[in-house]
Amino acid sequence: MSAEPTPIPADLPADFLADVDRTVSHYPVSMRSASLPLLHLWQERFGYISDPAVKWIANRLGLQPINVLELVTFYPMFRRHAVGKFHIRVCRTLSCALGGGYELFEILREQIGAQGDGHGVAVSPDGRFSIEFVECLAACGTAPVMMVNDDFYEQVNSPTKASEVLAHYKGKE
Amino acid sequence: MAATEKRMILRFVDEPGYTNDIECYLRHGGYEQLRKAVGMQSADIINEVKASGLRGRGGAGFGCGLKWSFIPPTNTKPVYLICNADESEPGTFKDRQIIHRDPHQLIEGMTIACFANRAHLAYIYIRGEFPEGARILERALDEARSKNFLGKNILGTGFDCEIYVHRGAGAYICGEETGLIESLEGKRPYPRIKPPYFPAVLGLYMSPTIVNNVETLCHVKHILSMGGAEYAKLGKPNNTGTRIIGVSGDVKNTGYYEFEVGALTLGELIYDVCGGIRNGNSLKAVIPGGSSSKILKAGEVYRIKQKGPDGAMVDRDLRLEDIPMDFDTMAAVGSMAGSGGVIVMDHKRDMVDCLQNLNEFYAHESCGQCTPCREGSLWMKKITTRLVHGEGRAGDVATLKSVADNIAGRTVCAFGEACSWPTQSFLAKFKDEFEAKAKAGVAI
Ligand SMILES: Cc1cc2nc3c(=O)[nH]c(=O)nc-3n(C[C@H](O)[C@H](O)[C@H](O)COP(=O)(O)O)c2cc1C
Ligand code: FES
Repeated sequence: MSAEPTPIPADLPADFLADVDRTVSHYPVSMRSASLPLLHLWQERFGYISDPAVKWIANRLGLQPINVLELVTFYPMFRRHAVGKFHIRVCRTLSCALGGGYELFEILREQIGAQGDGHGVAVSPDGRFSIEFVECLAACGTAPVMMVNDDFYEQVNSPTKASEVLAHYKGKE
Repeated sequence: MAATEKRMILRFVDEPGYTNDIECYLRHGGYEQLRKAVGMQSADIINEVKASGLRGRGGAGFGCGLKWSFIPPTNTKPVYLICNADESEPGTFKDRQIIHRDPHQLIEGMTIACFANRAHLAYIYIRGEFPEGARILERALDEARSKNFLGKNILGTGFDCEIYVHRGAGAYICGEETGLIESLEGKRPYPRIKPPYFPAVLGLYMSPTIVNNVETLCHVKHILSMGGAEYAKLGKPNNTGTRIIGVSGDVKNTGYYEFEVGALTLGELIYDVCGGIRNGNSLKAVIPGGSSSKILKAGEVYRIKQKGPDGAMVDRDLRLEDIPMDFDTMAAVGSMAGSGGVIVMDHKRDMVDCLQNLNEFYAHESCGQCTPCREGSLWMKKITTRLVHGEGRAGDVATLKSVADNIAGRTVCAFGEACSWPTQSFLAKFKDEFEAKAKAGVAI
């Protein structure tokens, strides 16, 4: 395992632990089913899945670390490294491509000053923004579409609209 | 003249003032069908669903009532219900509308389905990229619990049922029902081989499990409300009910619409409903049921067998514009109605570019379990990518075809077909464009 080591806070926040317990309770038949949900909880709270995170989740669910790590390396949404505070996902797939998805990606990438061709995650020099292509986001009728963290934007079909979306985050802490 | 929309599932979503909270749903007759269902015999509900002729809206179009009757009658294990809300087939954006704007319709349909199949635990497997949708569903489930439409002793009938939301994490293969089940068990979503792992027999935790699409489960509520026989009058025989059609690509008015199944042709959809091709261009091709369905070419004639007035089978020639959008006709013309996601391409589109885009999708999404699919999807992407970049080679078209031909039918799950059908059909319909690119590259 090779992710950047982040120490697990000696005491995980109480509300996080309560979330974990509540989530595990949704799987009365097999705790292992809670693996993906716990990975989501962890990533939402701490940004990415570190080695200690893998061990902690495995331990909580009575699994081997490899049972958890093999999920992190398979499922595209889980990350082993930190990304920007504002993570941009642009849909790459056909309907969006027909509506200007690749152009949208380029505009955004340039505006945040990140290098890259859409393969993998590209991060802005100040580390605040990151961007990646993702596959069909199930909003093909309002192409091209993108997300910033959990926020969804449709028909971002002009440089002006793309800048407006970014401006909303540029001022944010 | 195009058929007018018949909105049943989407009846309220675009009404001003319609909100996704339970009070609004109750004001619109919400949970009345659940009240009715819990007073019925579960076998009678299954019979209504059978009589309705409802076919799955997730892609395969399998009979819903038939699927429900596959749970072994001697079964003593717990039964589970899973709602497939993975909605990842490119071109498909219908379940999102239901989840975001009418979540209680889904919950009511699911609870009725649980009662009918004697399931007490159900999950909604929602794709990871729908965080907002997941929150909306969580809230709606809490509301339903607080009114005793879920939980213990539902409406005082002694029936217990819990539904939880389970989020995926960005993998298309989790839409395949057995991959979904593995994922829900906390594993990599490698699909299971059928037989023996038919979900209705050996599904989640090796127990009988019903997996249905979001839209399918919503229809259950309307079947109870109308009665199966009455529902079956909507649409066409063997292609009953309404369905949501999502149109994307090169038409003026992209969007979602709901029609009786087969009530309109592709031409009516494109020209009358969607306002025709955008930018003054003309129609070149249509992918009629999600990216995996085989592409149809404008200008080509499709010959199908149809029952004539005297009952004998006669040949009928259809232009693309005349193809009615029902399950059986779409299959007869060599494609499929699939997930109801229609992608339209105009005459300026380069078909090699379009296929390259899709091949990149499938190469990215192959789970890697079966060699023909893992290797083949990658090779299809590599070859179409070099064609796009002007680096094609003389034998590329033949190689591409042979790779595709050697995936379909040789994999554990239908992803094998899903990834080879685009390549096979693009090559069959637009071979000249591919040949031209292969030749252009060879000049180097
Ligand atoms: C590769 C692949 C991806 C699929 N993706 C989805 C999906 O995103 N949503 C869905 O409902 N069904 C999907 N399906 C179909 C499911 O396997 C299953 O047939 C469906 O959920 C059954 O529900 P239904 O009978 O109500 O349609 C997919 C199938 C395959 C082979
Ligand atoms: S292709 Fe972009 S949302 Fe479907």
